[in-house]
Amino acid sequence: MKAIPPVTVAVGSMVTMLPIITDYPILPPVGLLVLLAWRLIRPGYWPVWAGFPLGMIDDMFSGQPFGSAAFLWSVILVTLETFDRTAAVRDYWQDWLLASLSIIFVLICGMLIVDFPGNLLHLDILLPQIVLSILLYPFIARLVGAIDNWRISA
Amino acid sequence: MAPPNNRRPGFSKRAQYSIFASYLLGILGAVVGLLLLLISFIDPQGFAVLRTIGTEMTAPISKTLSQLGGATGSAGENISAYFNAASKNAAMKRELEKSRIEILEARALKLENERLKKLLKLTDEIPDAIAMGRLISSTSSSSRRIATLGMGSTSGVLIGQPVRAPAGLVGRVLETGPTTARILMVSDGKNVTPVQRASDGLAAFATGLGDGTVDIKAINIGDNPFKKGDLLITSGSGGLYGPGIPVAVVLRKNETGAVARILANSSNVSHVIVQPIFQAETVRQIEQDELDNTDSATNGGQ
Repeated sequence: MKAIPPVTVAVGSMVTMLPIITDYPILPPVGLLVLLAWRLIRPGYWPVWAGFPLGMIDDMFSGQPFGSAAFLWSVILVTLETFDRTAAVRDYWQDWLLASLSIIFVLICGMLIVDFPGNLLHLDILLPQIVLSILLYPFIARLVGAIDNWRISA
Repeated sequence: MAPPNNRRPGFSKRAQYSIFASYLLGILGAVVGLLLLLISFIDPQGFAVLRTIGTEMTAPISKTLSQLGGATGSAGENISAYFNAASKNAAMKRELEKSRIEILEARALKLENERLKKLLKLTDEIPDAIAMGRLISSTSSSSRRIATLGMGSTSGVLIGQPVRAPAGLVGRVLETGPTTARILMVSDGKNVTPVQRASDGLAAFATGLGDGTVDIKAINIGDNPFKKGDLLITSGSGGLYGPGIPVAVVLRKNETGAVARILANSSNVSHVIVQPIFQAETVRQIEQDELDNTDSATNGGQ
């Protein structure tokens, strides 16, 4: 039962195996969404260093240069951890906002990592993917919540 | 949900240390990630093995799914089509009208070409296909444009070979596994394709823009010679792609050249052909010819 959260994140990372051939990035980074959902639903479950191994798994499937997600996901988890120490209250909207900011950060940095000066000029390509990812987050959070309930009751 | 209380360690030194250690590990993870990233820039093929394991693992599922639903292949295209449906419709009508005329011209050219070929006794020069297969998935969540082909080194696919669809050039083989290969598509920002204008052979480079278009830069610097509707085909220089494979059609001019739409786009590249590397094929052909010549010479001598 302890392995369920990491497995769900890995399965989310493998979503790129769906037979979707696109001309530009459109598929939300589902692995990251699942990680964020676990992180925000259950603070304190992930150790701060969890972004590194999970990011490495994501790098195997995403097509980004290797180390890209390992780095960005680590940064996200450390930042969220720091935020948790300072924030007094947490609610649903705040979670969504944090998740959205993390998604935007990871997608934009991911694109800049691929080609720094070249991609700086056409970051607008990411807009549909960012919007889709932010809208998908609540659904992923629901799903992760359901899995979490089942995990605890089982 | 509010953070649990054990996050605030109070005066327990032990708890404070363990939190500090986990932070340190988290930051260490980020640093090591950055190092890995650096390594993969210095040696892009360094982690190919890991990626290949990943693709090989998921390939059976991708293959089954891609056989089940061909329609999902254009999902991204369909979604994005909503953003500019009206202008696209008008543009397509104009394009259709133009292509009708072009088809008639092409037919005439084809007939003439056949007649001339017969005259010269030329056989079809298109090199043989090494393999024919399906693109089973792509990096649709990343800004890199790499597709996975459901065939690999066991089918004779090697790194560097050009990949094309009936509509035009798709890309080249980047990494191979036993039953899968990763294809760097023409639209990837790291892919530069030597092209020429079909009408007059004006040489240019096509660099991917990551959104189904390429940036065209003419080799001769001077006034911008491109106009909307110019067809760009591979020039054969560089020795990777054979000449004459359609690549893109110019959409609009820009300051330095033009932006062109890739012909083999995501909606029509489900089936692709892997071809031998053009120059290698030429070299092999020349060697074969020399061998034949020496053979005939010795035969003639006897």
